Amino acid sequence: MCSVSHLRLLCVPQESKSFAVNMFKGQINTSQVFPFPSVLNEEQSQFLQELVGPVSKFFIEVNDPMKNDALEKVEDSTMEGLKELGAFGLQVPTDLGGLGLTNTQYARLVEIVGMYDLGVGITLGAHQSIGFKGILLFGTRAQKEKYLPKLASGEDVAAFCLTEPASGSDAASIKTTAVLSPCGKYYTLNGGKIWISNGGLAEIFTVFAKTSVKDEKTGEMKDKITAFIVERSFGGVTSGPPEKKMGIKASNTAEVHFDNVRVPVECVLGEVGGGFKVAMNILNNGRFGMAAALAGTMKGVIAKAVDHAVNRTQFGSKIHNYGVIQEKMARMAMLHYVTESMAYMVSGNMDSGASDFQIEAAISKIFASEASWSVTDECIQIMGGMGFMKEAGAERVMRDLRIFRIFEGTNDILRLFVALNGFQNAGNQLKNLQKALKNPLGNAGLLTGEIGKRARRRVGLGSGLSLQGTVHPEVAHSGDLTVKAIEEFGATIEEMLLKHGKKIIDEQFVLKRVADSAIDLYAMVVVLSRASRSLAQGLPSAQHEKLLCETWCIEAYGRIMADMKSLRSSSSKQLFKNLRAISSALVDNGGVVSPHPLGF
Amino acid sequence: MSARVLVGVKRVIDYAVKIRVKPDNTGVVTDGVKHSMNPFCEIAVEEAVKLKEKKLIKEVVAVSCGPQQAQETIRTALAMGADRGIHVEVSGKDYDNLGPLQVSKILAALAKKEETSLIILGKQAIDDDCNQTGQMTAALLDWPQGTFASEVVLEGDKVKVIREIDGGLETVRLKMPAVITADLRLNTPRYATLPNIMKAKKKKIDVVKPGELGVDLTSHLEVLRVDEPPQRQAGMKVETVEELISRLKEAGRM
Repeated sequence: MCSVSHLRLLCVPQESKSFAVNMFKGQINTSQVFPFPSVLNEEQSQFLQELVGPVSKFFIEVNDPMKNDALEKVEDSTMEGLKELGAFGLQVPTDLGGLGLTNTQYARLVEIVGMYDLGVGITLGAHQSIGFKGILLFGTRAQKEKYLPKLASGEDVAAFCLTEPASGSDAASIKTTAVLSPCGKYYTLNGGKIWISNGGLAEIFTVFAKTSVKDEKTGEMKDKITAFIVERSFGGVTSGPPEKKMGIKASNTAEVHFDNVRVPVECVLGEVGGGFKVAMNILNNGRFGMAAALAGTMKGVIAKAVDHAVNRTQFGSKIHNYGVIQEKMARMAMLHYVTESMAYMVSGNMDSGASDFQIEAAISKIFASEASWSVTDECIQIMGGMGFMKEAGAERVMRDLRIFRIFEGTNDILRLFVALNGFQNAGNQLKNLQKALKNPLGNAGLLTGEIGKRARRRVGLGSGLSLQGTVHPEVAHSGDLTVKAIEEFGATIEEMLLKHGKKIIDEQFVLKRVADSAIDLYAMVVVLSRASRSLAQGLPSAQHEKLLCETWCIEAYGRIMADMKSLRSSSSKQLFKNLRAISSALVDNGGVVSPHPLGF
Repeated sequence: MSARVLVGVKRVIDYAVKIRVKPDNTGVVTDGVKHSMNPFCEIAVEEAVKLKEKKLIKEVVAVSCGPQQAQETIRTALAMGADRGIHVEVSGKDYDNLGPLQVSKILAALAKKEETSLIILGKQAIDDDCNQTGQMTAALLDWPQGTFASEVVLEGDKVKVIREIDGGLETVRLKMPAVITADLRLNTPRYATLPNIMKAKKKKIDVVKPGELGVDLTSHLEVLRVDEPPQRQAGMKVETVEELISRLKEAGRM
């Protein structure tokens, strides 16, 4: 899903309010991050509170995650109950049979699902977060009226069909085709999709296929992706048996084949040839949901770990008194705090009408999936042998979580996306500078500013950037660390661009490290914002949140500074060369190269 | 049938919460604690809604007495299928002293005002376990009562109630208007679905003050002190019957 040409589709305008976009330029734009967004009005908040109880109750009393996992299916009665509950159309407009929830309200409910059963979470998410999201985002009024009511009630289940055997991350290379009929009334769809969540259950499929489109400028025919709404009832649509998986076993995953399926032109979703944009927007739009669900998962798992640590006695003391356990629990709490803050920051930004949040959304997905894996792993560790046993419920969560680092954009690809998107925007700024240099008098202001900035940087003075007055005074020190980190980050980005130019897109060792620091930076800002709000509101938890914030910032600052320093040093080049060489040898050898120490 | 059913719903601390006594021993901690509808009141609402679905009665009115938050409980009843709600506003000291006598006076006044054929209440609340409101309400109205109901059958202008009693089951036939209190096995309350919660937002909740109903809230009871139950003492194991007897004698129990 990630080559530079594709980035252009999600490119931000020159003046972006996104914090992430600006930090790549070494600038601070706080409009989307401070204060921590509060986007629900009283009515929305009250309504949401009324929904939390029944949803929680359903998952505690009716849904049986162990049974679902053992059956490798969501129990029929539970599925019916979820449909009656209204869980299938959370964001469908109310006039079309849904609950019309905002992103923030949706996040809060999805958090509950994530806490109790990720298998059900994926079933619901594959249906509404991506399965029919395209109709919500790009559908015509007619398409919405035709499909949404039955999708909202759950009478029809939806699935998102992009991946093919030869096209995973490289989504643009899909081979499923849709050929327009001579009469121009329908397309004939042929191809096969794999690993489709809800593939075996769905009636409505959002399918991506290559269509022949006339290039506006050159007049020649090009193959471009188009998105279609395909109904199983069109005929020719078949799905395979459920795949046997490591986790989220309750969620149905199957192959879906399209054999000369006739799809009316009215079922084109978005523009003909604009399918890639549809796909990327759908995925981008649903990402915050994952962070919210995983925040819920972590909360549940942390409660298990704490309960064990408080009750288990070894060597004469409850184990929560031991430093090793204390460190584990503290780190789990911080990872949860960051994830939860990111989820609601992004959903809040989306609800406020922000249009450029894709870097933040990608960061939240990467962070949430890796944090929840680590937190659950530590929970099992704290529980010891008990954690390894099925009945404790933790091992199932671990198995369920593994896929979250892989699907909806692998974390590796998303890291490249974050870095390249950042570089592109920073690069545009440098380009503008280059242009300005050609007409210095006309751009005196811009140039003086830039010169001054570089001069200060050279002498070791700060950029003059500050978060004083924005963050709460009690976390001012963390604010200062964040500013220093942004300055170092911005300077490194510029240096990398000047060093590599356009070739930066191939420097994946660099891109990965840049992305890691970008993630750490966004995390710092997000907890600063959340803790500042809690302190300002005088919440009983404010001092604890301050601790979480400060501890996170100290460690993140250390990581960022170290990574940036290493990138700018010459030793990193050698390191990358070494890594590349080792990998190359493995490829040549079909595996481990070094012979056995015993000689045989 | 044009019958109207009044259902009382009480907001109580959620059954799953660990109760803590306030440091000044005047009561239990309620601030920031999860509250929900009394489980027996849920059963009462369910029974009323079932009767309406069978078209045996026309309207279900949910009533709750308390401060602003009582409306949350009424809305839960509306989401379960009640048609409208009445919030009797009682707060502060009056709310602290609100007990079965005061509530039954309020319900009696409302029953007359709303031309009610049937009042269905939970048999008791899980916070005070009084088990008095239904009985007092019937007495004040001079209506027949069928308490601890495990089955309710409408028969024209009468209602047959099967009651759970110590010895087994007792069947009574009451001439309406009447008061029924719901016991555990009467039914299994439905889950409020999210679409129903949304629809409930449009249903009306009237707010009324006890004074408007001519009810005097004065309490004749004063709570002196609230304490936690005594901590369970550790037991001890004995090897022989002789040892048991000697231990019991030591403890002054024999």
